[in-house]
Amino acid sequence: MSAIPAPILSLQNVWVEYGEKIVLEKVDLDIEAGSFVSIIGPSGAGKSSLLRIILGQECPTRGSIMLDGVPLAPECGPDRGVVFQRYSVFPHLSALDNTVFGLECQQAPLTARLFGSARRAATEEATQMLKAVGLGDSLHQYPAQLSGGMQQRLAIAQALIKRPRILLLDEPFGALDPGIRADMHLLIKQLWRDYALTIIMVTHDIREAFSLGTRVLALDKRRHDPHAPHRFGATAVYDLTLRKDAEPEPETSKESA
Amino acid sequence: MRWVNRHVRRNNSILLGALPILLLVLLYLFLAAQRHAANPMDKILPLPSSMAQGMLALMFQADQLSGQFVFWVDTMASLQRLGLGLGIATLTALVVGLVLGVLPPVRATFGPLVTGIAVIPPIALLPILFIALGLGETAKVALIVIGIAPVMVRDIAAHVAALPAEQIIKAQTLGASSWQIMIRVALPQAMPRLIQTVRLSLGPAWVFLISAEAIASDIGLGYRIFLVRRYLSMDVIIPYVAWIALLAIIMDVALNRLSKRAFPWAHGANH
Repeated sequence: MSAIPAPILSLQNVWVEYGEKIVLEKVDLDIEAGSFVSIIGPSGAGKSSLLRIILGQECPTRGSIMLDGVPLAPECGPDRGVVFQRYSVFPHLSALDNTVFGLECQQAPLTARLFGSARRAATEEATQMLKAVGLGDSLHQYPAQLSGGMQQRLAIAQALIKRPRILLLDEPFGALDPGIRADMHLLIKQLWRDYALTIIMVTHDIREAFSLGTRVLALDKRRHDPHAPHRFGATAVYDLTLRKDAEPEPETSKESA
Repeated sequence: MRWVNRHVRRNNSILLGALPILLLVLLYLFLAAQRHAANPMDKILPLPSSMAQGMLALMFQADQLSGQFVFWVDTMASLQRLGLGLGIATLTALVVGLVLGVLPPVRATFGPLVTGIAVIPPIALLPILFIALGLGETAKVALIVIGIAPVMVRDIAAHVAALPAEQIIKAQTLGASSWQIMIRVALPQAMPRLIQTVRLSLGPAWVFLISAEAIASDIGLGYRIFLVRRYLSMDVIIPYVAWIALLAIIMDVALNRLSKRAFPWAHGANH
């Protein structure tokens, strides 16, 4: 890694307001390529709002967001992948079709379906991706037949096949039980390293934030007006860069025993 | 044991389901026999024998005037009108519902219009249809379409609009355009709902068909029922109504089977 790489994502003076209510105020943030940023904070501190504006689902009221030095278009695009806590996969498609979908959209604008050799190539690529997330044996199952953890693995594979510049995770493991969650931590850490991903993850789990992240952002309100609590927004009150060992051993499921 | 916990096994449930139907038939036979004991010429509650006689004549003897087998010609005419009406309405519901559900500007523009059309009682439009389209097949099919399509459109639009926002966002992060979201995400998930909507619309569709046939027609199941009413021919009316019920049940069961076979993912976890 070079000394000071240009930030992949840069937020300058970003405000998010819903009418009278100010959710985020004056967020300045540079995120370097290859970092794993965990965002924590109390409920209602604008963690998900921050994720949504980076995703392009919502526009900031003020301020600018640059991705690779280019202002972000005000809608979602294939350069930013996402995994939500739920509903990230398409219930009517098998695991394989869910994963191939991203390739089909890109290569077949009109039909969104591939045929012949293009289809075979896409299927091959998707199969590799599903194997990488540990779903090699469930290619032809529908999401309803997969467990919660497997559905999240599928959602990750689906996102990664597009090789997004940034992967956004919105409490991706929040609905999973502890043992499965530990497995998922191992998986996401491995994928992050293998694919040299840049990840921004919103989480409620502080332990998870510190064990996975190379950098932890804590969002909260700096100021508080007891008479008009909605008039002050949250911003990054702590911005911790974690020193990681050269090859840190990902945390295994010690406490689940 | 609480009644909410008393689950009925499949064999028993068939038996239980048949019981009330059987009781009704027995009640009818009892009342009919009673009336015939008092008056052998009674026409109001005909015995099965006279129903069979009346129907056999319509089914297997060519009509003296037209040379047609009335029952089958009636059935074909009605089914053709119903099929056309249902088909056009279903296609309309799918296309319009999909566009309304997926594209917010289209919903804002045409949503109120669809709602407005949906609250007009279709039968009130029948005179307009007869004046504008004449008394032929078109007006009858149009009545069925106008009667059921708006409700189906609204149902499909609401169902598509209620797809989780996460899915639509996810599709966009996978590079999908509005068109691709429409045909690959919304359309397949609207299909099982569409079949359910058609099933629910079968009842109203029959109502509009029979109404149109009763008012202006020279053939069809509804026409026949209203024609023979003048002669108090309950021996024809009752079998015709039973036949309509049977046709409707067959369509309903067939649609349900189709949905389960074609869209297993929409019917529970086990495929």
